[in-house]
Amino acid sequence: MQVTRDYSHYVKEAGPGLQHIDLAVEGVHCAGCMAKIERGLSAMPDVTLARVNLTNRRVALEWKEGTLDPSRFIDRLAELGYKAYPFETASAEATEVEESRFLLRCLGVAAFATMNVMMLSIPVWSGNVSDMLPEQRDFFHWLSALIALPAAAYAGQPFFRSAWRALSNKTTNMDVPISIGVILALGMSVVETFHHAEHAYFDAAIMLLTFLLVGRFLDQNMRRRTRAVAGNLAALKAETAAKFVGPGEISQVPVAAIHPGDIVLLRPGERCAVDGTVIEGRSEIDQSLITGETLYVTAEQGTPVYAGSMNVSGTLRVRVSAASEATLLAEITRLLDNALQARSRYMRLADRASRLYAPVVHAAALLTILGWVFWGASWHDAIVTGVAVLIITCPCALGLAIPTVQTIASGAMFRNGVLLNSGDAIERLAEADHVIFDKTGTLTLPDLEVVNASGIPADVFKLAGQLALSSHHPVAAAVAQAAGARSPIVGAVEEAGQGVRATVDGVEIRLGRPSFCGAEQLVGHAELDPEASVVAFSRGAERFVISVRQGLRPDAQAVIAALQARKIGVEILSGDREAAVTAAAHALGVPEWRAGVTPADKIARIEALKARGMKVLMVGDGMNDAPSLAAAHVSMSPISAAHLSQATADLVFLGKPLAPVVAAIDFSRKALHLMRQNLWLAIGYNFLAVPIAISGIVTPLIAAAAMSGSSILVMLNALRARNAAGRV
Amino acid sequence: MEILVILVPLALSLGLAGLVAFLWSLRSGQYDDLDGAAWRAIADDEPPPEPQADLAQAKR
Repeated sequence: MQVTRDYSHYVKEAGPGLQHIDLAVEGVHCAGCMAKIERGLSAMPDVTLARVNLTNRRVALEWKEGTLDPSRFIDRLAELGYKAYPFETASAEATEVEESRFLLRCLGVAAFATMNVMMLSIPVWSGNVSDMLPEQRDFFHWLSALIALPAAAYAGQPFFRSAWRALSNKTTNMDVPISIGVILALGMSVVETFHHAEHAYFDAAIMLLTFLLVGRFLDQNMRRRTRAVAGNLAALKAETAAKFVGPGEISQVPVAAIHPGDIVLLRPGERCAVDGTVIEGRSEIDQSLITGETLYVTAEQGTPVYAGSMNVSGTLRVRVSAASEATLLAEITRLLDNALQARSRYMRLADRASRLYAPVVHAAALLTILGWVFWGASWHDAIVTGVAVLIITCPCALGLAIPTVQTIASGAMFRNGVLLNSGDAIERLAEADHVIFDKTGTLTLPDLEVVNASGIPADVFKLAGQLALSSHHPVAAAVAQAAGARSPIVGAVEEAGQGVRATVDGVEIRLGRPSFCGAEQLVGHAELDPEASVVAFSRGAERFVISVRQGLRPDAQAVIAALQARKIGVEILSGDREAAVTAAAHALGVPEWRAGVTPADKIARIEALKARGMKVLMVGDGMNDAPSLAAAHVSMSPISAAHLSQATADLVFLGKPLAPVVAAIDFSRKALHLMRQNLWLAIGYNFLAVPIAISGIVTPLIAAAAMSGSSILVMLNALRARNAAGRV
Repeated sequence: MEILVILVPLALSLGLAGLVAFLWSLRSGQYDDLDGAAWRAIADDEPPPEPQADLAQAKR
């Protein structure tokens, strides 16, 4: 049977006679990798462009149309020592990139305008106290207007648009007071300049926009980075399937190019990428990623299989069905939609702050105007003072208070192996006071490990490992890895569903089912873990039993203890059998657990805890966890999780240890603390500045100094988010 | 104060030149890969010719 790989789905036209593909590459860290990849790919004939992007770990390739097959690039990268996968930009990411460029353009315009206006303002400030002629001052004011007005009209767009959207929805957000402040400041300055007045606020208005755009850009940049990582992960999870393109010919195609009714081949050791029904073949499948159940299920003609299940022993032909036909998945999707709707009601700290802020500030400005008129000032002076209040209270520091902390904290979490999926995850995670763990794949490692290696002679175990290399079975893979085997035995034969055998030095060796090795007796006698799978190994007349199970994550116990030390409740909710869950709970010291629960049960449990006022952090990886991940106050998934779960979770953690869970909680608690502190700093600044503004003695110099002073203070305070304890 | 006639346009055009340069660099994708750009500055220009290729050519 011939296998070809078809990546044409990912290839794009890039100008006349050129084709383009983006590859996500694993393991690119430094300049050396970058140069190696670029040179290695450029050396291929007809390649016109090979450029590595180190920030999002991708390679852009262009070549002359029709000369090269994209799979050649992937092979070439494999020769160079890098795993690469074709990558398709998700539309969400493309918008994010576009948005970020627009913000950067606005920031550039605002920053250059600020610098130039400042250059004109400083002579005016010093001239006001020395010998500047009024004509010169007016000339400088008009020049400032010439720079500031078009710049503000362009750079203010993000704020004006968002404010307009909020107002037309009859709500308010932080951008409403910002827009009003900026527009009034500029308008008043033009009027004042027209009347040859001493003070104009062009500098303050444009500087305000610059500072706020810095905050906006940081916030946006963090989201974009996260999305790029998430996009790569989706590509790295090798979403391909072996589709029959002819009776005896299969092609490895991306899942996006597979349609209901297609027939795909599922070989042993492969993870199914589609939903469908078995039409031919017999095998055992591991559905732990979907249901949490660790026992293998027998699949034969007519059995439904779901994306995410691992084929263990035999080869299957699967007819692809539409997602809605699969009842389990449809149920999960329905629960997920409901839960996600509920979650979108969460209101972010910044929005809550702005909802309080805008009315107070506008009322203060209005009272100032009325007060001055009441005390006999002219309407003109009163309005100038009122606008000064608005300018000085414009939420500059407030706009920076949260994004700066979030950027620093997410960077620190990134270094500790935690990726953020959603913008408000930090705020919600900081509030969590109860953690629910899924067992399979979350508390335990997704891969199997050998339990009784010490009970088997080293040379025998090594030989078993070498033999295991010839099998696709996941248990065999675990044995091979535990034995550290590198060189497979020549001439080993795999018997589907039974095991592998080979002849070494005239002695037959076998690895596989106990019956295959003639070791039923031994297995019957041995006292074995209820969770473990058993394989037998025979050499001549010698028989050995190797027991394999999903091991707990190395630091799981320490992490549970660390959570409990932080006064956070811990419990296990698993779809697995009672015995397995109980054993894990005892080993980890978790006081509360429930076994054999369905996705709906998990949500019910979370709702019950919510009703008691608890903020639940759900940590899970299976497809059956996806609805509960969405229902919980905040959620986390390991990187090995099912697609759906990973997309639903607020945070994703990398690697084998469970420690990132504790680190993420510590960092987000610290970050929330600093966000609150920053808000108080910003409010404190207003308390000092507003009386000055109301009394009418604010000059543009005071406004500029106060604004930049408070912004810098808030930014410096945000830097402290880098250091949180984070120890297990 | 006549010097202002020269200095003010000069200052404004310098500022404008800076802005144009920034917008050009943004458009040409120089901010797309900030991590990589830091390393590219110190990377070697061209790979040295591989010795085997040289030998093969010399033999011919």
